Amino acid sequence: MNDMVFATAFYILAGITILSAVGVVFLKNIVHSAFLLALAFFGVAGIYVLLNAEFLAAVQLLVYGGAIAVLIAFGVMLIQRRDMSSSNPDAAWSPLGLGMAVMAMVVFIAAIVLTQFPVTNVAPEFSVEGLARLLLTDYVVAFEAAAVLLLAAMVGAIILAKGAKEA
Amino acid sequence: MTVGLTHFLILGTILFSLGLYTVFAKRSAIAILMGIELMLNAVNVNLIAFNRYVAPESHIGQIFSVFVIVVAAAEVAVGLALVISIYRDRISTNVDDLDWLKW
Repeated sequence: MNDMVFATAFYILAGITILSAVGVVFLKNIVHSAFLLALAFFGVAGIYVLLNAEFLAAVQLLVYGGAIAVLIAFGVMLIQRRDMSSSNPDAAWSPLGLGMAVMAMVVFIAAIVLTQFPVTNVAPEFSVEGLARLLLTDYVVAFEAAAVLLLAAMVGAIILAKGAKEA
Repeated sequence: MTVGLTHFLILGTILFSLGLYTVFAKRSAIAILMGIELMLNAVNVNLIAFNRYVAPESHIGQIFSVFVIVVAAAEVAVGLALVISIYRDRISTNVDDLDWLKW
């Protein structure tokens, strides 16, 4: 891909992602936060496409943009009953939290900028085939464990949401 | 300056810090779940960026992010079920009110 096009696409997608994440954090209405969270997930899916991870981008759209965003929106709708206009309040200690988050960001960025990474220029191959081969050979145990985890989470979520007395 | 590994890592750092701030500073349990999702996304961006720029011939970073996505889906499902169940008992999802374990 042309360098100029790549850089433009990166900055547009990164801008969408970061601006919507900032909105998630600082907007006072939690419904707006939930929808901006979905937008941030879509931006991250675009970033995955730029990184030659097309399969992961599709999974991101399905699982995060579809399932998780809708689930969180449902959670918000089921729980908030009163006025939504200030439904996402800050805690009393939020300035302290801001300080700690900014400190973490400064340290991480300094570490990233000061480190020499062993970057290679090998052109990446198409990812789905290699991914499938690894998942069903070297990582098959983890793959099956993930399936069991999802089943356990599904049963647990149903029992918890139904309430312990009725279950 | 061409866009490289560093740019993607800094994007991941910013997303992670925003998620961290949400977890520290919000009262609503659902907002805290959203912050956790932002942090997990930042981790995935980092894993896939390292996969692309440091070891493009293998797909191990992408395998790891598949598992991160699986765990995130399980976590948000169970987390929201817990929040709904707590809301039914206490008519509140404010984390300051959840003090059953306090003496």
